[in-house]
Amino acid sequence: MSVVTTGAASSAPTKKPEPTAPRAYRFPSFVRRTLTNGVNIIVAPVAKLPVVTVLAMVEAGASFEPRGKDGIAALTARSMLEGAGDLDGVALADRFERIGASVEAHAGWDMAVVSLTALSNRLSDALSLVRDLVRAPSFPDREIRRLKEERLAELLQQRADPRSLADEHFARSVYDADARYAVPEEGSAASIRALTRDDITAFHVEHYQPRGVTLIFAGAIAVDDAVTLAGKLFDDWRGGPAPRAPRAVDRPQVGRSLRVVAKADAPQSEVRVGHAGPPRNAPDYFDAMVMNAILGGLFSSRINLNLREKHGYTYGAFSAFEWRRGAGPFVVHTAVKSDVTGSAVKEILIEIERMRTTEIGEDELTLATSYLDGVFPIRYETTASIATALANLVNHRLPEDFYDTYRTHVRNVTTQSVLKAAQRHLRPDALRTVVVGDPALVVESLQQVLGLVPEIVAVDAPEGGR
Amino acid sequence: MHIPIETLRLSNGLFVVLSEDHTAPLVAVNLWYHVGSANERPGRTGFAHLFEHMLFQGSANVDSNEHFEFIQRAGGTLNGSTWLDRTNYFETVPSNQLELALWLEANRMGYLLPAMTQQKLDTQRDVVQNERRWSMDNQPYGTWWERLPALCFPPEHPFHHSLIGSMTDLDAASLDDIANFFSTFYTPDNAVLTIAGDFDVVVARTMVERHFAAIPRGRGKPPLPDMEVSPSFGGARREIVPDDVMLPRLFLAFRSPIFGSDGYYAASVCSAVLGLKKGSRLQRALVREQQVAAEATAFTYDLTKGSDLLIVDVTARPDTSLEQLERAVHAEVDRLITDGVSSDEVARAVALIETELVVILQSAGERADRLSLFATYFGDPTLVNVQAERYRAVTVEQVNAFARERLTADNRASLIYVPREGAEAEPQSDLAMAEVP
Repeated sequence: MSVVTTGAASSAPTKKPEPTAPRAYRFPSFVRRTLTNGVNIIVAPVAKLPVVTVLAMVEAGASFEPRGKDGIAALTARSMLEGAGDLDGVALADRFERIGASVEAHAGWDMAVVSLTALSNRLSDALSLVRDLVRAPSFPDREIRRLKEERLAELLQQRADPRSLADEHFARSVYDADARYAVPEEGSAASIRALTRDDITAFHVEHYQPRGVTLIFAGAIAVDDAVTLAGKLFDDWRGGPAPRAPRAVDRPQVGRSLRVVAKADAPQSEVRVGHAGPPRNAPDYFDAMVMNAILGGLFSSRINLNLREKHGYTYGAFSAFEWRRGAGPFVVHTAVKSDVTGSAVKEILIEIERMRTTEIGEDELTLATSYLDGVFPIRYETTASIATALANLVNHRLPEDFYDTYRTHVRNVTTQSVLKAAQRHLRPDALRTVVVGDPALVVESLQQVLGLVPEIVAVDAPEGGR
Repeated sequence: MHIPIETLRLSNGLFVVLSEDHTAPLVAVNLWYHVGSANERPGRTGFAHLFEHMLFQGSANVDSNEHFEFIQRAGGTLNGSTWLDRTNYFETVPSNQLELALWLEANRMGYLLPAMTQQKLDTQRDVVQNERRWSMDNQPYGTWWERLPALCFPPEHPFHHSLIGSMTDLDAASLDDIANFFSTFYTPDNAVLTIAGDFDVVVARTMVERHFAAIPRGRGKPPLPDMEVSPSFGGARREIVPDDVMLPRLFLAFRSPIFGSDGYYAASVCSAVLGLKKGSRLQRALVREQQVAAEATAFTYDLTKGSDLLIVDVTARPDTSLEQLERAVHAEVDRLITDGVSSDEVARAVALIETELVVILQSAGERADRLSLFATYFGDPTLVNVQAERYRAVTVEQVNAFARERLTADNRASLIYVPREGAEAEPQSDLAMAEVP
């Protein structure tokens, strides 16, 4: 249906157009229910397209692992997909895939999640398979051994991947050796090798219990239908004794440090600078979040404009708070041409210091707040992103009206509260710097900029030098 | 599921696609220019992509960092990307900011050159060279998407050379190149503009006219050289790349029917039978049963000119030799040819693809991008509404016929990465093609 228009060739407007009146938006409404055994249900009916995402959230993340069993949470989650009831791993995968459903299972720092996406008319079949694998996984020994081998292969691959190396060394540099956050969520080579089927069974029995479970439905499904389905599949599930509480996860190391992971002839340096940050329940969460947006969270942030648009050192430079129940890291990350590594770190330090010493301009504040305010509806276009937002509520026990008041909270942030958040959460005296790069090109300038003697570590040092 | 679509064409040739959806107060603006690395002249590899970066550096009425800043301040997201034969620019903004997005896009389509300076070019050249280092040179296996097209298309073919470009060619790019490329390819008659989301069609048409109608039509772009290649490599090809990697990885490519053609859908289903998710043949056989591979997938590259590629991508387990890995992969492909696929396998593949087709259309940005794609390549955005049907129509016989015709031994190109140490035993071929009979 092509309409040819005349197209008056007058000149185009040169002046920036003004916005029209905004249309109201609310985060999709949702309801909560509880089954008799304590399983929580959250349903957000969104009828746009015939698809539903379901997340089964379990209090079974890496923070709950016993000492010496790093990686058991992730291995347990993945092993559940390898067989349940009468179905072996192949048959289980086949049952999901023949109805076009995607299922994944992984364990984060705090919670384990089984996520399912299916067309609405196949949801009932797909969710009954999820019931089987959550409640009655068979944990076949052969598949567990294979999953361990695959994790070891992945760790081996990371020896050659500068980004993974930088992330891993940064975590080890920020946290004390026995803090869980020092080791990757999915465990280290040594810890993985030691895990057994018995460990998995024990972890599953202890932590996969109805009282720790929330089922989140987002998509083309009515509340009553979701609750009925959940009740049919999960209400007869009975739990055992109360699980152990999580262990200490976030004890940080003290003071500044510099580590260079030696990768001779590296064409670029992977850089990480940061320290332990605030936990998600910090009272000044919104101030810290907006502060970070201005420092390095947005494309138009200070760090990115400085390192990329002003100096051309990098393809991108960003900062982030990793929000966890414990004190997750604050990190500035970038990859820069080797010969400017010291200069780039120097600019990062300058930007961190400037954030703490000088109040930001009103213009910078409104750039961040109007972005976060305006982009809010764009974040929740898909069933997966709505379900993930609800999972965030569950994980961090946020208030029910968190998403309804989010934009007001963002707009209430001020230049003074940003300065306070910067002074509280950015700590130049605690900055840990990790660079994966060519020592011949980076050590001298880094030493000069930071005034620290670098610890130089070989790439293939087992477990990142420990 | 049916997406509403309206189209119009301005007198300057700009093709406009409009798709309303009032679920949320947001709107996606998406522009495809029918130009990519295939249109680069010799000695200027990587230029189309460098040029894409320059389009974020302002225009006659927009200062250097303002493009990003205006959109972010409005509460929008934005980016651009360059591919072999197209370049796209897109933003999703609150619906009351639609005109801002259109104004910015029209400004850089119509009035870019006054804002171009040597300093901006030099900085973006540095940024792009760092992008190359980050995405390819300092990334295990990162050069595969440069090396594989080079292995699969002859040297004179427009898809042969590197999209991200060589450092030397990037160094050579000048402001004159910017001006020429702009006036040749960044013209309304070489573009598709899609608006998807919460807007009023009548209002949007008026806005589009106001901002785009005054931009003059182009003088026509030089035609691409002949893109046709034979449906088969006509002999196995093999290239071994010793690299900073820990495990061997094999990319096995087959020439296959171009995206959107009648044969494409059978090829796409065949790739899913082979390597989409856990129930696929490669994952069952190589990862789960034989345990020779740590990962195994297969997919189509979705090229729309000359030839598409079906690609099998398999990484060895630490205790697997390259020879074992290759033997196992070829055995699975051979088995597919001789035994054929089952109706269950086809049903599994189609069911997974169908779900994906729905899931991807949830966001206005993705919807706009798909509409621009079908409008750019086929002149018909409504094709987005028949993709599921096309997949459902694929038969076992079609998949088997595709396998027999295209997965043959003489239509296999192997790009193989091996750890640098221990690579001595393998015949090395650098970037040159090694023909193995």
